Amino acid sequence: MAFEPPVEHVKGKIREVSLEGGVRIGGESTFPFHLWEGEMPNAPIIAMEVYDESQPEWPDAVRQVYEDVMDDPVAWALKCQDEFGADAVCIQLKSTDPNGADASPESAAETVNKVVGAVKIPVLVYGSGSPDKDADVLKKVAEALPDKSIPLGPVDDSNYRLIGAAAMGYKKPVVAFTSMDVNLAKQLNVLLSQLGVPEEKIIMDPTTGALGYGLEYCYSIMERDRLAALVQNDGMMQMPVINNLAPETWKAKESRVSEDEEPTYGNVGTRGILWEAITATTLLLAGSDILVMRHPEAVKLVRAAMEGLKAQSKEKVAS
Amino acid sequence: MALSGLQIFKLLAKTNCKECGFPTCMAFAMQLAAGKAELDQCPYVSDEAKAALGEASAPPVRKVTVGAGDMAVTVGEETVLYRHEKRFEHMPGLGILITDEMDESQVGSLLAQLKQTVFNYVGVTLRPRVAAIKAADGARLTALAARADAEAGAAIILMSDDADALKSAAEPIKDKKPLLYAATESNFDAVSAVAKELDVPFAIKADSLDRLAELGQKALDGDFKEVVLDPLPASLGDVLLDNTIIRRAAIKKTFRALGFPTIGFPCDMTGDRMLEAVYASVFIAKYSGFVILSDLDPARVMPLLYLSQNIYTDPQRPMQMEQGIYPVGEPGPESPVLVTTNFSLTYFTVSSEVEASKVPTWLCIMDVEGQSVLTAWAAGKFVADAIAPFLKKSGIEEKAPHKKVIIPGYVAQISGELEEELGDGWDVQVGVREAADIPKFLRQWNPG
Repeated sequence: MAFEPPVEHVKGKIREVSLEGGVRIGGESTFPFHLWEGEMPNAPIIAMEVYDESQPEWPDAVRQVYEDVMDDPVAWALKCQDEFGADAVCIQLKSTDPNGADASPESAAETVNKVVGAVKIPVLVYGSGSPDKDADVLKKVAEALPDKSIPLGPVDDSNYRLIGAAAMGYKKPVVAFTSMDVNLAKQLNVLLSQLGVPEEKIIMDPTTGALGYGLEYCYSIMERDRLAALVQNDGMMQMPVINNLAPETWKAKESRVSEDEEPTYGNVGTRGILWEAITATTLLLAGSDILVMRHPEAVKLVRAAMEGLKAQSKEKVAS
Repeated sequence: MALSGLQIFKLLAKTNCKECGFPTCMAFAMQLAAGKAELDQCPYVSDEAKAALGEASAPPVRKVTVGAGDMAVTVGEETVLYRHEKRFEHMPGLGILITDEMDESQVGSLLAQLKQTVFNYVGVTLRPRVAAIKAADGARLTALAARADAEAGAAIILMSDDADALKSAAEPIKDKKPLLYAATESNFDAVSAVAKELDVPFAIKADSLDRLAELGQKALDGDFKEVVLDPLPASLGDVLLDNTIIRRAAIKKTFRALGFPTIGFPCDMTGDRMLEAVYASVFIAKYSGFVILSDLDPARVMPLLYLSQNIYTDPQRPMQMEQGIYPVGEPGPESPVLVTTNFSLTYFTVSSEVEASKVPTWLCIMDVEGQSVLTAWAAGKFVADAIAPFLKKSGIEEKAPHKKVIIPGYVAQISGELEEELGDGWDVQVGVREAADIPKFLRQWNPG
């Protein structure tokens, strides 16, 4: 009996979202990296993090990399662009956290403005995760940069009206954030589009769990999201996906604890880099379109893995 | 081809004796058709039925066991393409490659690594178990295999194209079920004859799926059940392609000739050990049964073992923490006491934020069958008259006699009732709703 490779063509397609500089994400008409049976017109991109305040508590492996730019978001962003070849930068507006420095929306907008003015690559903006404050902060950011396609997030079911309205007014994509649930993700997309946010301006953040800290939940939610989008052709699930993974992987005990404290764990620097790179690679296989990453070595590894994944002997499934 | 429940029913004894554990023969037949029961469960099955049903009722991906005892690796028996559809059954066997180009001390240190590397994660023991031994010469293969057996008790894969070499190395350890690697188009008969004689599993390899399927069919024709496939991927993309097509053919088409677990060698794909680990993560997430590495540096193998556990954990049974008191940092009698549920994600999130706060804390984790705080509260499991006895029996009072306990902000409403249930002198304090706010809360907390 001759072998007929079970190749699957799907009906659905992920929407394309445009960022600055002609960069587009999404557009897949197949499962992640299934290039033998569909198209992936835009490779997933790596957005490297830039913080708007110093991060003295980071583990050495990442603190040492950014020590010289910790107090200067513009220099930080340029370092990611010029030294590490980042596809994009993601500004994490941690200073605006009401439980932290509680910086004003105006100062946050100014930071974003300066970074956007300095770099050539696309910029994304994440608030502190405090829904009320993020509504004020992201609105100001949108106002300050009216013409730029800068994704703003996280937008949740409590602040989507405020941020959604500002995003529409200033033509910004939004990052719709839900906590590891397919139905909630769809519901927020529906709410945003009912508000009037164009569907090609929505990116989904499904909540990212690091390796060992809920990665499998995130992985399966993303697989189910993609099945709904591609196989069931559900238009309200066909948004590209972002994984804000770096804050999670570098928070994990396994990325931080030294070999002195845990002699069987091996070198902490190696461990932290791989914790980030393996989390990112696994998420690529589940359908990530934007990986928010921190360590340049982890970024290099994930790029190499992506290049490796793209190389396929398609004749193996030719019929 | 798979048989329907009704077709299977016709071949059974139809006595409804219940000895299989199901109420009727029909019910048993339906379970067989769904791959949820084994034919052996029926004591009265005829040889004729066995022949007809054996093939149909076998799992779409055959089970293969390599090694013995604690170090045995069982893979296969998979029934789904996506873990959320049911679950993935058997974590891949991770291991190392040992070759005849290595000197004796290098072999010794790799085997010592294999023997020593063990991690405990959410109550599960994770360890590499496999030694893949590659040698051109039969005597050398035999000697290295004997060392891997004696020094690490490893699940052994013997790698040679020469059937005689495989036989000489496998014979002394045949009870340990070494895997013979590999039969090709040119040596299939010789290698499979050794596998049959010694009753050990063997691998087949070919760089086209067509030829691999042909070899798989030959194995089926020879009535071999324990076979491992190597589709010889030329790139990481081929790993995804090969493993996806093979798994799909097995599950969706019940294509038996490829209905076996696969083996992969990230150790041969790159000289960069960091990249090798990242490559290995693709093999693990995407269906490989055996994943062979260059070495077992703990910082590189630990994330891979965790990944295996994450991908293969049963999504229908939430990962649970064991009930008890978990100290974070080095808490003392004056340290804060938090109580929450044993849903693993709840535990992970809370404990990592507590860790980030740098405030040594007693974390009391209560068994509510792995539910999150709100779900367990709604189900009546994380409520005052359950939490109070848990806290009292937990022994937290001996560790932190201040009798102040902090509950999650989402169950603020139970604080009064819990205080009453706990009785004399207890002070129930309402904590934050979101884990991200824990560090600030703890830094401001004082026992008063």
